[in-house]
Amino acid sequence: MNLAEGVQLVSLGLLSFMMLGAALGVVLLTNVVYSAFLLGGTFISAAGIYLLLNADFVATAQVLIYVGAVNVLIIFAIMLVNKRQDFAPLPKAWIRKSATAVVCLGLFSLLTTMVLVTPWNLSAEVASADSSIIEIGKHFFTDFLLPFELASVLLLMALVGAIILARREFLPEESAVAVQQPILTLPERPRELAGVTPGSPDRTIASKPSDRNK
Amino acid sequence: MQLQYFLILAAALFCIGIYGLINSRNAVRVLMSVELMLNAVNLNLMAFSNYLDPQEVKGQVFTVFVIAIAAAEAAVGLAIVLAIYRNRDTVDMEQFNLLKW
Repeated sequence: MNLAEGVQLVSLGLLSFMMLGAALGVVLLTNVVYSAFLLGGTFISAAGIYLLLNADFVATAQVLIYVGAVNVLIIFAIMLVNKRQDFAPLPKAWIRKSATAVVCLGLFSLLTTMVLVTPWNLSAEVASADSSIIEIGKHFFTDFLLPFELASVLLLMALVGAIILARREFLPEESAVAVQQPILTLPERPRELAGVTPGSPDRTIASKPSDRNK
Repeated sequence: MQLQYFLILAAALFCIGIYGLINSRNAVRVLMSVELMLNAVNLNLMAFSNYLDPQEVKGQVFTVFVIAIAAAEAAVGLAIVLAIYRNRDTVDMEQFNLLKW
């Protein structure tokens, strides 16, 4: 990183402020759509911090995979489970919130003390800024070859598993009902809802197309 | 620019992730908190890779692996949330007692 020291410090401060503010927004805001977009802000700030740490390839991968794939997937999931309901308030919710806050602050102070007390043996060598992708490629195809291939197998397994989990059950014997309705829907039927009557008033617009198949 | 700044930043992000993981009622927000914690771990790995091992950047290799695993985890987790939503018609974590008793 061939920036001046002050410029690096100011950018680190700005990126840290953006990152922690967006992360607090993800956790504390009530609307989950705002949380999803602020999560994208957190990922972008993390990519900027990776650039400060002389890792251009990982910063690019962060933007491509996290912002481009994971965040879009989360936004799609929010659209698919678009149920606007207010959760029933728990009786002793403040006990759990305050206890969690105390535990998190304690863990943070513990980690901060550990970081500040430990004598790190810093390397005096200069970071290989422009050749990090070459080094990563060498590692991938020499000493990390087996984990690299196993990661591809795991991604394939996650792909198949996600399709099987999210697929609806195909029930072709209900086609007599499908003839009556003029609306074009997929020839499938959702599973029986456990403990919820189909005509209950809290059903939303998102669940209406599945009702037509009943 | 010191190593400690990045480590403290990662610790703060991890604690925010834990708070969201425990206190969220929405199941999708729980998955978002898990992503925050994975990002904190990535930040730690990158800081160590830059300051302790700048020649052969093994921390960056591990970060790439963590990013791949996180993508797989997000896909499977959101599929599970979708399946539970079809089954129970809610995303409230307090009403998911399928494996409780």
